[in-house]
Amino acid sequence: MAAELVLLIGTRKGAFIARTDAARRSWSIEGPFCETWPVNHVVADAEGVIYAGGGNEWFGPAVWKSRDLGRSWTHSSAGLAYAAGEAPVKAVWSLAAGGGGLYGGVEPAGLFHSADGGESWRQVEGLRRHPSRPEWNPGGAGLILHSLVLDPEDPAALWVGISAAGVFHSADGGENWQARNRGTRADYNPDDQRYPEFGQCVHCVVMAPGRGPDGRRRLYQQNHCGMYRSDDGGTGWASIEAGLPSSFGFPAAAHPRDPDTLFLIPLNGDTAGRYMPEAKTAVWRSRDGGASWQALREGLPQQGAFFNVLRQAMATDTLEPAGVYFGTNSGALYASRDEGESWQCLASHLPTITSVETAVIGG
Amino acid sequence: MRLPAPLTALFPGAPRCLELEVATVAELMDRLDARWPGMRDRLCDTTPAVRRHINVFVAGRRARLDTALPPGSDVFIITAISGG
Repeated sequence: MAAELVLLIGTRKGAFIARTDAARRSWSIEGPFCETWPVNHVVADAEGVIYAGGGNEWFGPAVWKSRDLGRSWTHSSAGLAYAAGEAPVKAVWSLAAGGGGLYGGVEPAGLFHSADGGESWRQVEGLRRHPSRPEWNPGGAGLILHSLVLDPEDPAALWVGISAAGVFHSADGGENWQARNRGTRADYNPDDQRYPEFGQCVHCVVMAPGRGPDGRRRLYQQNHCGMYRSDDGGTGWASIEAGLPSSFGFPAAAHPRDPDTLFLIPLNGDTAGRYMPEAKTAVWRSRDGGASWQALREGLPQQGAFFNVLRQAMATDTLEPAGVYFGTNSGALYASRDEGESWQCLASHLPTITSVETAVIGG
Repeated sequence: MRLPAPLTALFPGAPRCLELEVATVAELMDRLDARWPGMRDRLCDTTPAVRRHINVFVAGRRARLDTALPPGSDVFIITAISGG
């Protein structure tokens, strides 16, 4: 079977799957799947099994699963629950599959793990035991665990982003956690409390490929209050927002091979409407780790762009040159097969797009 | 008792209408879950309670998990308009 590239698309009305071959010229889109439930994130594991996480106002949270590229689905929320008396889990917000199994982040913020491919779940209780937990406050979308970053070589190492509690890291599979927010701002706090240990409104965390000279991982972060890079696994963060049109946005996407290349989509500001700056669409790319930025606009709408791009709605693929993809809250899906130099619109009228991920299946 | 279509769509083979011998709404949920694993999670949260946007009506009145079901009760499980 020839290799297929698939885009896994979460929307407010179900999951969609876009498919193409290695040339990335012609696409087909199928869906909606998952009974049109609101789906916040869709991912694939190394075997090509697709998982979709979401939550339905009637029926609660669930993770949907397809072994046949969307033709048939099952769903489960066995164990995806807090103890009786606690605020119930409302929805699944993020998924990540790695060597250590499948992880799911939920609202209200918490982390669950599945060792059997999403059939059953157990809470990663160490995160809920973190002493800062009683002081976590919700962001605009609720108290959500939305960013899940797994170390590709060390199944015990993981990072999570919680709005608006910040970034937390575990080096022991989730038993113990450290807040990792040093250097990131909380502009909504009083002047003398702008750099707290936790409480920052992180919007998206992604990992760059490879390791630094000292063996540590590079992370990038889009925050409510700025864009940041960490060269030490999140222990310290440095601002990389100089040269961008604003310090506010939601998604971030790392290049699959170059740790210095990052893609962001800054909006016009958190109190200015949260749409494209000057209503002109641009993806901003850095080739030098955030030191400088270039606006990429060819093929993107340059007037009347009053949409935004949500925190999980941009991704890169692993092909050469890398593809870049993003979906808007107005239901448009854009693709670039040349690292952002030019873009084509794959769909104009999908439901609100909550997430975009890529996977290469077969081959 | 009657089940809503958006629910039975999630459980292949589940009928819209069935009869059960149970004493309370909570027991009814247990029996449904035994026949269609996972169905209780779709209808109840971990408070524990019937989900906020699910209504269970017994003899025309809105019921809770501890509501008794006398023999011959008609039970309607309905998706609330607020949840769609």
